Amino acid sequence: MNSNSGYNGLFDPMLAPGRTLDFAQQGLSNKTVGNPFSEKAKMSVRNLNVYYDNKQAIHDVSLDIKRNEVMAMIGPSGCGKSTFLRCLNRMNDTLDNCRVEGEVTLDEHNIYDRKQDVVPLRARVGIVFQKPNPFPKSIYENVAYGPKVHGLVSRRAQLDEIVEDSLRKASLWDEVKDRLFSPGTGLSGGQQQRLCIARTIAVSPEVILMDEPCSALDPIATARIEELMAELSQNFTIAIVTHSMQQAARVSNRTAYFHMGRLIEVNDTRRVFTNPEHELTEAYITGRFG
Amino acid sequence: MQYIGYKGNELTYMETPTLIIITLLCATGAYILGRNRASNIAYRAGKKNVLHSLPYYYGVLSALWCVLPCLFIVLAWNLLDDYVVHTAIVKLLPGSVQALPDSEIELMVNTVINNALYPNALIGSNPPDYILQAGQDYLRWQQLSQLSLTVVVLISLGLAFSLGWLWIKPKVHARQQVERVFQWFLLFCASIAVVTTIGIVLSVLFESLRFFQSVNLFDFIFGTHWSPQTALRIDQVGASGAFGAVPLFLGTLLISFIAMLVAVPAGLMSAIYLSEYASPRFRATVKPILEILAGIPSVVYGFFAALTVAPFIRDVGDLLGLDVSSESALAAGLVMGVMIIPYVSSLSDDVIKAVPQSLRDGSLGLGATQSETIKLVVIPAALPGIVSGILLAASRAIGETMIVVMAAGLAAHLTVNPLESVTTITVQIVTLLVGDQEFDSPKTLSAFALGLMLFIVTLILNYVALYVVRHYREEYE
Ligand SMILES: Nc1ncnc2c1ncn2[C@@H]1O[C@H](COP(=O)(O)OP(=O)(O)O)[C@@H](O)[C@H]1O
Ligand SMILES: [Mg+2]
Repeated sequence: MNSNSGYNGLFDPMLAPGRTLDFAQQGLSNKTVGNPFSEKAKMSVRNLNVYYDNKQAIHDVSLDIKRNEVMAMIGPSGCGKSTFLRCLNRMNDTLDNCRVEGEVTLDEHNIYDRKQDVVPLRARVGIVFQKPNPFPKSIYENVAYGPKVHGLVSRRAQLDEIVEDSLRKASLWDEVKDRLFSPGTGLSGGQQQRLCIARTIAVSPEVILMDEPCSALDPIATARIEELMAELSQNFTIAIVTHSMQQAARVSNRTAYFHMGRLIEVNDTRRVFTNPEHELTEAYITGRFG
Repeated sequence: MQYIGYKGNELTYMETPTLIIITLLCATGAYILGRNRASNIAYRAGKKNVLHSLPYYYGVLSALWCVLPCLFIVLAWNLLDDYVVHTAIVKLLPGSVQALPDSEIELMVNTVINNALYPNALIGSNPPDYILQAGQDYLRWQQLSQLSLTVVVLISLGLAFSLGWLWIKPKVHARQQVERVFQWFLLFCASIAVVTTIGIVLSVLFESLRFFQSVNLFDFIFGTHWSPQTALRIDQVGASGAFGAVPLFLGTLLISFIAMLVAVPAGLMSAIYLSEYASPRFRATVKPILEILAGIPSVVYGFFAALTVAPFIRDVGDLLGLDVSSESALAAGLVMGVMIIPYVSSLSDDVIKAVPQSLRDGSLGLGATQSETIKLVVIPAALPGIVSGILLAASRAIGETMIVVMAAGLAAHLTVNPLESVTTITVQIVTLLVGDQEFDSPKTLSAFALGLMLFIVTLILNYVALYVVRHYREEYE
């Protein structure tokens, strides 16, 4: 692990609003400030390094995600938020040029273990993407997809039950109950995203990863999803990437700030937005870069 | 007898190609002048935006003013010319000739024209005076017509040129006018294809109707015996001709079915492998090779089928104690199947590649395996494209002739046994029309009827496939 030495320049009193932030490009430390660790971790990441081809996208990140918390990840675009999130259910395995080093545990079990099968892992750690991506099938088929693939049900009645339950949890049921068999792609953007959430819920995951789930949606649809997240956090552990600091402030318990592949600061959300510990965090939330 | 070939030196005129070239030259000039005039107007006005459109459009508009009327005149003149001259010649011929039936008058007119154009060609013959006289008149009219065409075109060129020149005013919406002309031009081009298609269909239809006047429609569609030899003389025996098309349809279906049995799984699987599993390098090497298969001429496949595959199948059949004829539907079908693999694989590969990665991610993110994702998400999303690839391959199989001629034989057996020799619709059309044929014998006309049936079958096939695709399509944006 690098030492803290390269950092000194960052605490330059000259850093005032409007000054160029060239310093942000130099000598970053891999040390995270705040409290990234926790006793009751649902998932823990230790010394994670991720490379695309030979370019390193994540530098030595360690972080715990607590059971039933909503963890927000913010940071300038290209800082590695999505990359980090995708490591949590091994979605990066689908990319040929991506290499992951380090340890990620789910309930104390390393998911990068050689013996770990990604199929059950992804059923336990679901993911919702930036752009709503419902399958070009009926609403019902979209939600039933996961349970069918995992063979969770044997009877149609059970499947109906899961579909209804998931749609209710995604607060979409009332809007679609009369047209379950019309195409999911015919819904509005916000409804499509809730359908994707319902689809993820249907396989009863323990953790739900969300990668900028509202960035393609209008403010009203966004508000509905944010409401939904608050409800979901009662049953699920949620990690959400967002580019909206207001959103992070509204929905999350803790916030992690990423910068150029480093995890700079992790703290309670209120703390991060009122009294950030780190210069870079402060620069970011006060809008000096993003 | 006064008889001299007419020399064109008394009256000077221009040939049609010369006229067209002059018109085009004028158009070029008009373009340049028109553009300059427009620029000058704009320059003199000194303000911006005096002109409604860019100077370029005024130039194009002037050129169009030149080209379109003249081209129209030349075309129309040449079309009408023949007809008018023809009628005039007929009027000149003596009443006894005019009383003859139409086809003989036609012959007479041709004699007149030929005599006039090539006076020394028929030395031995001694045409009657009235023919020579008519020939002279024909030549004179011909010249007169061409001369007046020249005059008319030149006058209208001048007129159009100056009108086009005057037309250039700042307020003229040159851009819209030019766009409209191009729109009509495009429509004209598009209609060429449509009109040709309709023409072909109608001609096939009418010839088929003639065929069905001598052969019963039901005998043709449901008859099980095909031997199209008709008697050339009334007293000939044993050659009445039988036009039952069922063996041909069955043969076509059998061979196409075998071919599809080979091509669809092989093509689809290779498309899936190439687009979902193969490394980019492997894909970049293999895909072009696969596409070369489509470029091999079918006659090469044909002799491959006839000389290699058919004997091989026969030998294997002998080993197994089966009775295999040396030309078999199986051999033709297998080779044809290989030939159409690229039609299936190349198109399928493209549409599979076009399925958005986000759908795959969605499925993988739910814990589906790669093969489940392909089976449940990718293929259904790509289905319309895959079906159209398969359709293309099917129509290629149905229309393929060469391989069948060489490897499956010509005998119209009524069988679904792939080990026997069969024949197809296209092969029969070829054999019906090869060599000298009497154009209105049922034997020849039956080719049109077969063509019509083939056309209808493919049409239905297309329609059904379209319906299926529309019904089961899974749309993604
Ligand atoms: N598939 C990929 N191949 C190569 N480089 C990638 C790929 N995905 C992301 N990157 C690079 O990794 C870095 C982090 O990207 P990402 O995690 O998408 O950032 P964020 O989500 O924070 O905007 C970026 O520099 C990006 O260019
Ligand atoms: Mg991202």
